[in-house]
This record gives sequence, C-alpha cells and structure tokens, in this order.
Amino acid sequence: MREQLVCIGNGMAGIRTIEELLKIDPDKYDITVFGAEPHVNYNRILLSPVLAGEKKFEDIVLNSEEWYEKNHITLYKGHHVTEVHRLKQTITTDQGVVKPYDRVLFATGSNAFIIPVPGHHLQGVVGFRDIKDVETMLSKAQTGKHAIVIGGGLLGLEAANGLSKQGMEVTVVHVLDTLMERQLDKTAAKFLKKALEERGLKFLMSAQTEAILGTEKVTGIRFKDGNEIPADLVVMAVGIRPNIELAKKARIHCEKGIVVNDTMQTFDPKIYAVGECVQHRNALYGLVAPLFEQAKVCANHLAGLGYSIYQGSVVSTKLKVTGIDVFSAGDFLGNNQTEEIIFQDPGAGIYKKLVIQDNQIKGAVLYGDTVDSTWYFELMRDNTDISAMRDKMLFGQAHLGDAGHGESRVALMSDDTEVCGCNGVTKGHIVKAIIEKKLFTLEEVKLHTKASSSCGSCTGLVEQILASVVGDYSTAPKHKPICSCTDASHDEIRETIKKDHLTSIAQVMERLRWKTPNGCSSCRPALNYYLISTHPNEAKDDYQSRFINERVHANIQKNGTFSVVPRMWGGITTPNELRAIADVSDKYQVPTVKVTGGQRIDLFGIKKEDLPNIWADLNKAGLVSGHAYGKALRTVKTCVGSEWCRFGTQDSTQMGMDLEKMTWGSWTPHKFKMAVSGCPRNCAEATIKDFGVVGVDSGWELHIGGNGGIKVRVTDLLCKVKSREEVLEYAGAFMQLYREEAHYLERTAPWIERVGFEYVKNILLNDEKQRKELNERFLASQKISQIDPWEERVNGVDAHEFKPLANLSEVIA
Amino acid sequence: MKETWVEIGQLEDIPKLGSRIVTTDDGNIAVFRTANDQVFALKDRCPHKGGHLSQGIVSGELVACPLHNWKIDLKTGEATAPDKGCTRRYEVKCENGRLWLAL
Ligand code: SRM
Ligand SMILES: Cc1cc2nc3c(=O)[nH]c(=O)nc-3n(C[C@H](O)[C@H](O)[C@H](O)COP(=O)(O)OP(=O)(O)OC[C@H]3O[C@@H](n4cnc5c(N)ncnc54)[C@H](O)[C@@H]3O)c2cc1C
Ligand code: SF4
Ligand code: FES
Repeated sequence: MREQLVCIGNGMAGIRTIEELLKIDPDKYDITVFGAEPHVNYNRILLSPVLAGEKKFEDIVLNSEEWYEKNHITLYKGHHVTEVHRLKQTITTDQGVVKPYDRVLFATGSNAFIIPVPGHHLQGVVGFRDIKDVETMLSKAQTGKHAIVIGGGLLGLEAANGLSKQGMEVTVVHVLDTLMERQLDKTAAKFLKKALEERGLKFLMSAQTEAILGTEKVTGIRFKDGNEIPADLVVMAVGIRPNIELAKKARIHCEKGIVVNDTMQTFDPKIYAVGECVQHRNALYGLVAPLFEQAKVCANHLAGLGYSIYQGSVVSTKLKVTGIDVFSAGDFLGNNQTEEIIFQDPGAGIYKKLVIQDNQIKGAVLYGDTVDSTWYFELMRDNTDISAMRDKMLFGQAHLGDAGHGESRVALMSDDTEVCGCNGVTKGHIVKAIIEKKLFTLEEVKLHTKASSSCGSCTGLVEQILASVVGDYSTAPKHKPICSCTDASHDEIRETIKKDHLTSIAQVMERLRWKTPNGCSSCRPALNYYLISTHPNEAKDDYQSRFINERVHANIQKNGTFSVVPRMWGGITTPNELRAIADVSDKYQVPTVKVTGGQRIDLFGIKKEDLPNIWADLNKAGLVSGHAYGKALRTVKTCVGSEWCRFGTQDSTQMGMDLEKMTWGSWTPHKFKMAVSGCPRNCAEATIKDFGVVGVDSGWELHIGGNGGIKVRVTDLLCKVKSREEVLEYAGAFMQLYREEAHYLERTAPWIERVGFEYVKNILLNDEKQRKELNERFLASQKISQIDPWEERVNGVDAHEFKPLANLSEVIA
Repeated sequence: MKETWVEIGQLEDIPKLGSRIVTTDDGNIAVFRTANDQVFALKDRCPHKGGHLSQGIVSGELVACPLHNWKIDLKTGEATAPDKGCTRRYEVKCENGRLWLAL
C-alpha cells in the first residue's frame, strides 16, 4: 500500500511542494489536502490586482478541481484541521473527518495581525489576507465612501491603491514617518509617497490609532492625539503572524514559527513544514520565492531522495502598484562598514542606491527605474566582485560595453540570469522553451516555463526576451541546470559526487534522477570530468562521453580530417624534432604545416587512419601529444629571457619548460594556458593567460585569471615570489583549486569573476597549509596522468577507432 | 532496386554509445550502437555542413554532430528541432551478434 501524506493548508507553499513531489515521484504517496478556505489553491499574491479590479478570482486560480482529480489528490475544502495526534498518527478536522498519516506537511501560512484596539471586532474591520477579505472590501466599496488603511507597508499600500481604484477616498495611517520602512530608505520612501499622493491617496504619518469607532459597524477612528476621522471600512495591514496554533497544540517545537532544519523537517521526523508558518535558521519568510525554494527541498526529502538542502534565501521585493516601479533587496540601509553609491534625479522621478561592502553589493533600492534590478540582485546574490565596474554600475548593465557587440539589453543578460524570481526561471530556460517549443505569446511562455505566472512583475522582461528571440535561432544557451536532461546544477552534481562517493556516470544519473536515458553531448562530458577530477584513482574515464577530439587525441577539422600538434616544451625545439616533423609531412603528404599562436607547429589535413602512424614517427623523435584538443594544459608560452635578451631579468624559457613538464597531461574544466616572460615588457603576453609569470629583478610576479579569447580579460596580480619552487607550488595549487571548483567549460577568467579574486587569493596566499595541500593533490593526480596518449595508441589502445568496421568499396564494385 | 544484405562485422566491434564506419564507393556509412544494443546506420554526412556523424557523441537514440552539435535522430536521419535537415538512413540488423547492412 502507498504511504499516506497529509497536507494541512491548501495554499501556495503546500501545493507547490506537492507539485514538486509529483514531478519526481508521483507514485509514492496517497495525498490528502485539507484547506480551511472553501476554495481550490489560488495565487494569493494576485489578491491586490483583484482588489484593484484588474483581475477576477477565476484568473488567479492556480490548481483547478481537475488538477486535484487528475493527480488523485483528495481535497477537503473548508475543513479546518483541529488536531494532529502524533501517537496515533491521525489528524482530525472541525467537521469530524479523521485521517491516518505516515507523513504530515504543515503549510498553514500566516494570519493578518489585527491590533487589539477597542472596536477591532466591529463590522467593516478587515485584514488583507484571503479572498474573503477582498470580497468584504469590494462590497464595502459599493456602498461606503471612506476607507482607512492602517499600515504603510507593502500590503497596506497595495490595499490602499486597490480601494482607491474602486472609487473610495483612502487615507493611509502609518505609525512611523517613512513608508515601507522595511524595504525603502527615506529618500526612496519620499519619492514613493509623492507619487501616491499624486494618485489621490492621503497619508497620516506618525499617527497612532487609539480606537475604532462605531457600535455595530465602523464609523471612524480616533488617534492618540484626540483627532478623529470618519470611515466605512478599516483595513488592518500591520503585519502577519505565522499560523502555528495547531503545531503548538500538537507539541511540535515552535518559536516564532514552526522550527525546521535544512531538510524542512520539524522536530518530529514524520512531520515537515513549509511556507510562512516556518522558522528556518531563525528566519521567517513572507514572500513566495523562498517558500518555493523550501518546497523543492521538502519534496526532495518526501520522495526519499535526501540530497538537497535549504540554506535560507536572499529576498528582494517589488511593489505591485501599476505604474510605480520600486525595488528593494538585501541590506538597503547599510551600516558603518558599508559604502553607498547613489544616483538621484528628482525631476525624472528616479532614485537608485547600491550599498557596497568589500566590493560586493549588499543591498539595493531602486525607484522609478528598476530595469536593472535583476542584474543587481544577481550580482548581490552571487557575491560578485564589482570593483572593475563600480564607477559605471548605476547607469545599468547596458552601459558596461561588450567589445562592440552592440546587443540590446536582454540580449546582454547572461543565460543564467534569473528573470522570474518567484519561480526561479532563468533567461536560458525561457529562451530554450521559446526555441524548442516554438512559442510566440506571453501566455505560451507562462505555460511552458512558469515565468511571470506568479507575481507578474517580470512580465515586461519576459516580453522583451520573447521579442529578442523569435526569429533568432542562433543562441546556444547556458543554463543553470547543466542541461535539460536534469534539474541539477553544476555545484549540486559536484557536491553529490563528493558526498555520496559516486564513481560512475550511471550512478550520478540515477542518484540525481536524470530525465534522459544516457544524458546528452552537454552533460555527459561534464559528468565525466567531475567524476575523474573528484575521484582520480577510482572513477574510470568514460571514453564515449568525451568529445571526438579528446577521444582520438587530435582536433577534428571541417572536412573530417584531423590536425596534429606535438608538444614543444616552453616553445623550444631542436633540429632533430623539426626534421621529424618535416619527414612525416613528406611521408604523409600533409597539406598544411602552420606555426600556431601557441609557439608550436600544427600539421593539418591528416586522415584519421594515418594518425597512429604519424604519432609513431613523431614519438621516435621524442615528440609527444601537445593536447591541443583537450580541456587540459595547452601551451606554456615563453620569451627568450635572460639567456639571450639584453633586458631579461630571469630565465623565462627554462621556467616555462619546468612548468610545462610539471603540468602537462592534467585534465581541467576548460583549457588552461600559461606563459612566462623574462621582464615586464612581457613579450610572452603572460597577463592574458590562465596562469602568467613575469620575471622581475627580485623574483617572479604571478598573475592569474587572464583570457585572450572571446572576451579579453587581463590577469589579476596574485603575488610576488622569489624562487622557482614557489612558482611551481603556486601553479600547482592554483590549477588544482580551479580543477576542483570551477564548472565544466568555465575558463579561469569567468570562474574568478564568479567567485571573486579575493576568494582565490585568500586560499592561495593567506593559507599556506591549504596551498600546500592543493599542490600535493595536484602532483598526486599527475602521477597517473602523465602518460603520452599518442604512445598508448601507437601501442594499440582504442585501435578500433582508427579502422573502418568494414570496407565495402571493392565488394560492391 | 533490390537491396542486398551484406555482413559487416560483429555487434561487439562497436562500443556501446559509439559508432564505426563502413566505407563504400558511395561514401561512408556510420553504424551506431545504443546503450541497449540497438543498431542504426546513417550516411556519415551531417545535413548541416557535412560533419562526420560517426565521430559524434551518441545518447539515447540521437547523435550529436561533432562540428556544430546538431542532434540527428538515429531512427530517421532527421535533425531535431529547431534544426532542419535529413540524412539518408540504411537498414541494419543484428543476428546472433553479427551485423548486416542493406545496400
Ligand atoms: C591552432 C590555433 C590557431 C593557430 O593557428 O595559431 C588555434 C586553433 C583553434 N582554437 Fe584557439 N588556437 C590557437 C591559439 C589560441 C589562442 C592564442 C594563445 O593560446 O596564445 C587563443 C587566445 C588565448 C586564450 O585562449 O585565452 C585562442 C582562443 C580560442 C578560443 C576562445 C577561448 C576563450 O576562452 O575565449 C576557442 C574556443 C573554445 O575553446 O571554446 C578556440 C578554439 C580553437 C579550436 C580548437 C576550434 C575548434 O574547436 O576546432 C581551433 C582548433 C584548430 C585545430 O584543429 O588545431 N581558441 N586560441 C592555436 C593553437 C595554439 C597551440 O599551439 O595549441
Ligand atoms: C495581498 C497580498 C499580496 C502579496 N503580494 C506578494 C508579492 O508580491 N510577492 C510575494 O512574494 N509574496 C506576496 N504575498 C505573500 C504570499 O502570498 C505568501 O507569502 C504566500 O501565499 C504564503 O504561502 P503559504 O502556503 O505559506 O500560506 P498561504 O498561501 O496563506 O496558505 C496557507 C493556507 O493554509 C490554510 N490553513 C491554515 N491553517 C489551517 C488548518 N488548521 N487547517 C486547514 N487549513 C489551514 C489557510 O486557510 C491558507 O489557505 C502577498 C500576500 C498577500 C496577502
Ligand atoms: S580563430 Fe581559432 S577557432 Fe576561429 S577560425 Fe581561427 S583557429 Fe578556428
Ligand atoms: S556539420 Fe553537423 S552540425 Fe554542422
């Protein structure tokens, strides 16, 4: 028999958890949902537009009766659960239904807080929490004239705006002198108040309510200072209280909310909790984005998978008052450790402030122009180092420039930028869905991606993306899940491989529930890399999961022939080596011999079946594979250095050779290039390499994270060292850190931009022990990596690869 | 035209999730083996720019072309959306571990 899952609360977090659960394990449970409201699950966020007359109840239903039926979920609408009997493992409702359970999910949300002033129970005093409250307000708006909203926060202002649209005269009463003080600083709040006043709202600031007046129905309110104003409706929007009565009664540990651990489990392991009723690591959340993250984690554990954890969320808010753009996130007030950068244009009604600490964004407030909100939020959440762009940041992402590509703003957004914060939908997702499913309208995008289907504040952005994509099929998206075969991200995969000690691709796919039988050409090479870099001695390199170049140790060309690049250590060659290259070129009639940009020689147009023969000849002269095809160490470029050059301070050529001898053969997330220059004139271009070394009179400067390719990035100076040994130790440690932590196909430049130079520097510079350990791990894995792959194949490895299965040319002829 | 079945080798000669070529006067044919030992044969030319499909990565019943990563359906030879194009397919069968190709 299936296990019994009972969900208490038919609201946004509970039902989202069930949706997530159905996605990963639809058959594990018989699911029963109890909801106190007499409705199916609807989108509570959109009560504000319903109140403003912009939407009807039908428009905001999230799960119809058919949805419950189709998924075999028994729904008890209008049932209030009154008891959870943990010994008997049953729950009881106010209508006498008793239901046994194996697992319970608490998703009871919260209640509007009603200040207990005299008169608070009068007819016409409401909170703003559910559809019933909205119905009460709408019916009062038919007959009454004056509305008072107590509370100048997010909810209060949305209520006030709605009632004013319904034709009422609305006064907002707020105890403090700033509106939305939990989201806005004083300046932004002033901008907002002015805009709302222009729309006809009245404000009474620093006002304390003493009593609500009336005998049966509300007639007005009186303040502490004796003032009275008339009212037909009083909306209390002063805050919410987690709904934990039932949990407390069942003696489940509660503080401000129901206390849960990182797997959303309460102190009773059979009982889980999600949503506004929950207290996680001392935090309570009142916005859907974090609740949806909780839902995902909770579903993972209900399904018995047990690999994902919830670590808390960073939240941002937007006010949903049509025509007024306000955004706020993080620590927007700042403190004495932080700096602020501010842009203000009162005439145009624009105000932007970023709070910065240690070159990272800690908080943001935007008023009037919120176009860049997702970008700032992303930089903040990822702790990106912004030092390089801080002077231009407030003008927006479009002003950063991108080496003359001249794309529009949405085109500039990276594919993993989150567009819909509620549902965690990235630009990559949306673009992919638009392309793959041939979508043309906003509704279709909503249906297929869930983007803009919750709070709707990203609707504009989704429309822009739609506009930029339809008709352009050229993008190759890079999404947050590593590809569409899975929901898992690079980091999750890596963690799981480490934590659960997985050693084969099949194990990873099973553990993380791959949706395709053997993945695809994007995820398999990544999985293979993560496995062999995490468990170098145990995981077996999966040959069929490597791109052709890495399978046959040569680069495929447009006509299907291959190129062969032997290693030239540090760019040094000998007459003997050159002779061998000349000889194979003659013998195999190599059409093109070219000097590469990496200081070595490339032989082009080689037939696949000739590869082992050429390699055998080259091997005889001591030449080995240059790995010009690999996500691996490529070249170590050098200049002449002190041996010959009149300016040379150090022997850069020898250093280059030493580095190359130490690091060749290593597999890395993407290709890895080095260079060594003998003096600061830097003829080897060391400052655009992954690891660059520049000789100076007193020793060596070490530079990291450079890139000369698609997007040029100059290195960051890591440090200066004195000896050859130190150069090698830092190189090994840096390569190992990169290898262990970067995402597959992420060069060092974007990796360092993602994690921050400071992070890398701290590990390599300030923690000698860790640096030495990294280097040791690097050297240990090199022991099994430094085998010339060409020699192996000359000796017969993968022989099938270089021969046809059958030759039918003569047979048929 | 009547097709002739020609023996081309053993199933074991092709690695799982891999491919080998059969040369003919009419160009190469790529023979693929899936994870569950189904075999398929396609002309070794990608409908995009002629990439050698035999050199691609096989997953499920698709091969990703090594040149620009178009995904070609092994059953039909059709490129998968959004790309459009088709490469010729051949009948191939496996009997008692021996592979036969229809020409
Ligand atoms: C042969 C060579 C061009 C030449 O004739 O000089 C070359 C050829 C290719 N480069 Fe390169 N790159 C060559 C030096 C460079 C350099 C210069 C350097 O290393 O000093 C750069 C810029 C420096 C850098 O990487 O930061 C360079 C930046 C790229 C990029 C962009 C990488 C990036 O991170 O932005 C790619 C694309 C990629 O890797 O995804 C690329 C990709 C390629 C590929 C592998 C394209 C492909 O996938 O088929 C080319 C292979 C041709 C072949 O069959 O050999 N090549 N490529 C050079 C080989 C050097 C060697 O001896 O190994
Ligand atoms: C007007 C308004 C506007 C909002 N705007 C935004 C916004 O723009 N962005 C944003 O992110 N968030 C917004 N929110 C907050 C968001 O709606 C909530 O965070 C979210 O709905 C909480 O989900 P939940 O499942 O925890 O609680 P709920 O959605 O409240 O669901 C809890 C359900 O449990 C039921 N219940 C409680 N106790 C019992 C019991 N004992 N037995 C049976 N059923 C029970 C309740 O009746 C309720 O239906 C807004 C909220 C409101 C009210
Ligand atoms: S720049 Fe590099 S990738 Fe582009 S054509 Fe030249 S060799 Fe090929
Ligand atoms: S040739 Fe096959 S994808 Fe371009």
